[in-house]
Amino acid sequence: MAQHVMTVDDSKTMRDMVTFTLKRAGFQVSEAEDGQKALTALRTAKVDLIITDLNMPVLDGVGLIRAVRQDAKHRAVPILMLTTESDPAKKAEGRSAGATGWLVKPFDPEKLVDLVRRVCG
Amino acid sequence: MAGFDHLKPTYFEECAELLDVAYDQLPAIADARADAETIHAIFRAIHSIKGGGGAFGFDRMVAFAHRLETVLDLLRDGRLALQPQIGSLLLRSTDVLSDLIAGARTGEEPETGMEADLLQDLRNLEAGAATTVIAADEAQTAPAPAAPALAPRRYRIGFSPHANLFRSANEPLLILRELRRLGMLQVSPDISRLPELAALDPDDAYLAWTLQLETTASRVAIEEVFEFVADDCALSIEAESDAEAAQPASPASAPAGRDAHAAPAEAEPPRAAAPPTAPQAPSLSIRVDVDKVDRLVNLVGELVINQAMLVQLGTYLPPELGSGLITGLETMSQHLRELQESVMAIRAQPVRSVFSRMPRLVRELSAQLGKEVKLVLTGEATEIDKTVIEQLADPLTHLLRNALDHGIEPPDVRQAAGKPRQGTIHLGAEHRGGRIVIEISDDGAGISRAKVLAKARARNLVAADANLSDEEIDQLIFLPGFSTAEAVTDVSGRGVGMDVVKRNIQALGGRIAVESRAGRGSRFLLSLPLTLAILDGMAVAVGPETYIIPLTNIMESLRPKPDSIHAVIGRGDVLAIRGEYVPLTYLHRRFQVPGAVDDPCQGIVVIVESEGTARVGLVVDELLGQLQVVVKSLEANYGPVPGVGGATILGDGRVALILDVSRLDDRKLDRPHQPPRPAAIPSLH
Amino acid sequence: MNPNPDGAAPMQQNGPAATPVSATLADIAQQFITFTLDAQEYGVDIMMVREIKGWTETTALPQAPHYVRGVINLRGIIVPILDLRARFGMGATEPSRMHVVIIVTTAARTTGLLVDAVSDIVSVEPGAIRAVPQMGQPIEESFLEGLVPLGDRMVTLVSLEGLIGATQAGGTEPHLH
Repeated sequence: MAQHVMTVDDSKTMRDMVTFTLKRAGFQVSEAEDGQKALTALRTAKVDLIITDLNMPVLDGVGLIRAVRQDAKHRAVPILMLTTESDPAKKAEGRSAGATGWLVKPFDPEKLVDLVRRVCG
Repeated sequence: MAGFDHLKPTYFEECAELLDVAYDQLPAIADARADAETIHAIFRAIHSIKGGGGAFGFDRMVAFAHRLETVLDLLRDGRLALQPQIGSLLLRSTDVLSDLIAGARTGEEPETGMEADLLQDLRNLEAGAATTVIAADEAQTAPAPAAPALAPRRYRIGFSPHANLFRSANEPLLILRELRRLGMLQVSPDISRLPELAALDPDDAYLAWTLQLETTASRVAIEEVFEFVADDCALSIEAESDAEAAQPASPASAPAGRDAHAAPAEAEPPRAAAPPTAPQAPSLSIRVDVDKVDRLVNLVGELVINQAMLVQLGTYLPPELGSGLITGLETMSQHLRELQESVMAIRAQPVRSVFSRMPRLVRELSAQLGKEVKLVLTGEATEIDKTVIEQLADPLTHLLRNALDHGIEPPDVRQAAGKPRQGTIHLGAEHRGGRIVIEISDDGAGISRAKVLAKARARNLVAADANLSDEEIDQLIFLPGFSTAEAVTDVSGRGVGMDVVKRNIQALGGRIAVESRAGRGSRFLLSLPLTLAILDGMAVAVGPETYIIPLTNIMESLRPKPDSIHAVIGRGDVLAIRGEYVPLTYLHRRFQVPGAVDDPCQGIVVIVESEGTARVGLVVDELLGQLQVVVKSLEANYGPVPGVGGATILGDGRVALILDVSRLDDRKLDRPHQPPRPAAIPSLH
Repeated sequence: MNPNPDGAAPMQQNGPAATPVSATLADIAQQFITFTLDAQEYGVDIMMVREIKGWTETTALPQAPHYVRGVINLRGIIVPILDLRARFGMGATEPSRMHVVIIVTTAARTTGLLVDAVSDIVSVEPGAIRAVPQMGQPIEESFLEGLVPLGDRMVTLVSLEGLIGATQAGGTEPHLH
């Protein structure tokens, strides 16, 4: 069965790009507009990987990562931060919250697929 | 970037929305009353624009957005203080960003260097704020991975995860697997840290590995594999001398599977799931493809037609059967109408999307003209059909330019007249009786009637001795030919006159009116239908065909007496009516319909008007009645047909064409530059 | 990790990202719906056929070319109907209830083709399509895609792009706006 990746980003363009890239690589992809919506979706879904933006309304990426790491069902799910954030402090904050890895936007589609394969096997 | 091109329309649509967000919030910065959330919202908007732009390779725009974003970041952190100058700089920067986005969309790059000054200003702000940010930027500019050496080298890698490695869901097995893709890998586990089972915390990492990798990949490539865990492990990578022959790695020596770390995912949950960290905001809107809505509109239109057909069939039934059916169908009709209205309402959007472009226009123009102008927007939330909104931008832009250029006086003049130096333009929208009314008013000098009249006389648009009321003089500005030869200023020039504004508004099924008081200002009122998709029309028969004439175009209809029809050489037939001569267009000749009434006195003449100029009498067989029709596009699948504005579907399922009265008169096509006749004046209202 | 100076670094594609699928598609047989005009059999790509319906009266369009019969209502969409016989220079069709309209969609436009009757669905290997000989065709070349021999029959494949593209471009009088 195809692995299920959830992409969380308030930008539809970004979500579309991630979805398009990963679907083409054979993944099943679902989308959420912000961290809160992602958490809601995670209550009923089982995902193998979360790719999240850091800057989002309602609940941002770091908040999402913290919440997922507290959640019994998903605490072992790899989380990639996808961000243009140039501030290393932000990245460090994401890491200490439990992010598995990161990728800088704009991303190279092949690189994304490589990374996704690398972190979710 | 290859493969993403089909996502560009979404991106640009999103950019427009994000710019709206930024423009909505930016004034708060200029007024120094922005809170952290406001700044953060602007930051996010610019950030998203930049993120998407990078993926499409819009480098110039991205570079600019980056600088803008950096300044917003400084504001957000409080490293830069809110000041009005920053607000205005950010506004101008957003204007430029909007231009750069437009350039990326159309492929017409804005002039090189147009953003240079602003870039410098933004950089200066950054430099003044803190040097740490710049340093952070530089840190990102790490050297690209070096080209891999061709000869395989052997590396000895010590990999000893810290206990917390699994907390970030990193997986040593996957890292080993990744290394194996780089070359031959030999793995020796070190289990010395593994505790007694009772003391084992399944969430902690205990194993360590010594690895021998023979690869042509560079050291950087190896380091990259450990990129995400570098802070969570002890890592050593040493190159061995390549003289030593490599031993083939034995797969059996690799640790087997996920049990290496006692499968934390399946372990008993040590903590209850935490409650969500933020209060859940209810989802208030969804994004829907316009096509989907249009399909819905079409289907509902079809239902209405089907229902009408059923009613017709019902009348053929004997009354004892038919009456119940027809009553039922009438109730259904009620519901259908409501359904239709609700579906149409989905297409409605707040006028904000077009209003929000206007502050920039006013800002730029008032600077250019040396005037002080405040733009007041009201009723931005008023909703109107999306199609109408899109077509509103040009007329509104023109009216605003006009108000700025001709209405509002220079500050000194205003002061001398006892008015505040700063002029006010009001742009407002509201619903009024099933239509939307848009008002553009200014507190400027008002229309100079003496000038207008003199100009109209000079252009031969009114008779020299005509005695016109103030209102009639104000109407003259809408005449074609009134403003064309006007000194084409940068501002309201562009060779477009108020006649074009009026025509655009009429094309939307709207009307425009002007009121003006000398020294007090002018007020333009646009009245528009809420939707373009439904039109009130008159069905007329011409031979076997049925046509729909929009009611807004119809002045009157009559069956003329024979002595009122005159043949005018070179003009065809005209109808004399109340001292005016109205040229006749025989619809059946125009559209080559066989078997129609040719004598106007046997049929009906429908007098129509468009563009505020010439009236035309359309000769048809008979009037079939008024009806509301759903407008369908002919162009979608066929192409434009002169004289036909669209099509609709009648109760019997057949297609009827909707006339475009402005494009019906053949004679106009022959002589496109025919000057308007002086007789046009009485038809202005 | 990708360096990101000013967030603007354009990414390099490392090698071919999208492997072309056309190589395999070209080997797959195409299906055509065949129809008749007089005794001659024609085919259109089944992927472009939306539906087939009986003839219904059309509403005439002013100043339309002779082969445009007018428009019909297809579930709320206005669709022009081309008389294919007239388009191919074989005289106008006298449509009856036996005549058939093939609704096709090309490049986002939907058009109806008035034909005598629909006859078959055939599978054609790409290799089996022959070029159209230049001689003796009353039909404009751009309308035809190729010829396919099927036993003792010969099916002429119609190029919908050529046909409908030509109708749109030069169909009515020049645009006046």
